[in-house]
Amino acid sequence: MKITGYCKQGVLTLNFNGELDHHSARAAMKALGERIDAFMPRECVLNFKELTFMDSSGIALILRADKRMKEIDGRLLVVNVPAQPMRVLDASGIDRLINISGK
Amino acid sequence: MAVANYTKIEFLGKSANESFARSAAACFAAQLDPTLEELGDLKTAVSEAVTNCIVHAYPNEIGRIQMKCRIMGDDTFEVSIKDWGCGIEDIKKAMEPLFTTGGEDRSGMGFSIMECFMDTVKVKSKVGKGTTVTMKKKIARKKSR
Ligand SMILES: Nc1ncnc2c1ncn2[C@@H]1O[C@H](COP(=O)(O)OP(=O)(O)OP(=O)(O)O)[C@@H](O)[C@H]1O
Ligand SMILES: [Mg+2]
Repeated sequence: MKITGYCKQGVLTLNFNGELDHHSARAAMKALGERIDAFMPRECVLNFKELTFMDSSGIALILRADKRMKEIDGRLLVVNVPAQPMRVLDASGIDRLINISGK
Repeated sequence: MAVANYTKIEFLGKSANESFARSAAACFAAQLDPTLEELGDLKTAVSEAVTNCIVHAYPNEIGRIQMKCRIMGDDTFEVSIKDWGCGIEDIKKAMEPLFTTGGEDRSGMGFSIMECFMDTVKVKSKVGKGTTVTMKKKIARKKSR
């Protein structure tokens, strides 16, 4: 799992590349938390375009990112979600809590 | 139902083996000619069950995990994932959505995802002895699609 990103005009975009499971989640959460803390964006966009696999570990990551963004009065968006991760998000019902859009 | 083919793999409960286990199961299932969606479902369900062994069954050690995959004569894929870890006290409660003993790192959705993506999920567990999760999914033949 590789995370790259940039912040422009208060919008932090983070690109997830690879597989997000329990093995990769801890480092991903750390990278995400550090970047939110560094930029304090008003909007954080998780770009899942190159996310090749995700299980429930990804749900916990999204929920924590959302919580962190709410703490700084910002909002979280999850975009370009491929079919397999989308099925996991649908099954979990968090699409009702988080702003998610497909590929 | 007769077993048409099977494989048995044992590995250490290291998180690096999560992707190994789900890929191995998907590779074995490939002979049933599943759709990409069916393959994704199998991989996700296996990933959930194996992660549970690593996170919950063996919280303070690196234990042994066994995965058996069977292909039945009626094109049902069956996978069972077994650990010799702490076991589950109340299986019914453990399988409820959002129930977790894992804190903020976990969402309590693992069993719900397994149940959603597979046709059946059966859990056998004994406290102090270990847990076996057996899941089945019928793979539709391309011809009949
Ligand atoms: N193999 C196992 N050994 C011991 N306990 C288990 C095992 N599998 C599951 N459990 C228990 O069942 C609970 C629910 O499991 P489930 O996979 O649904 O959620 P989770 O693992 O807590 O969170 P998530 O899967 O969303 O990351 C776990 O928190 C744990 O207490
Ligand atoms: Mg789990």
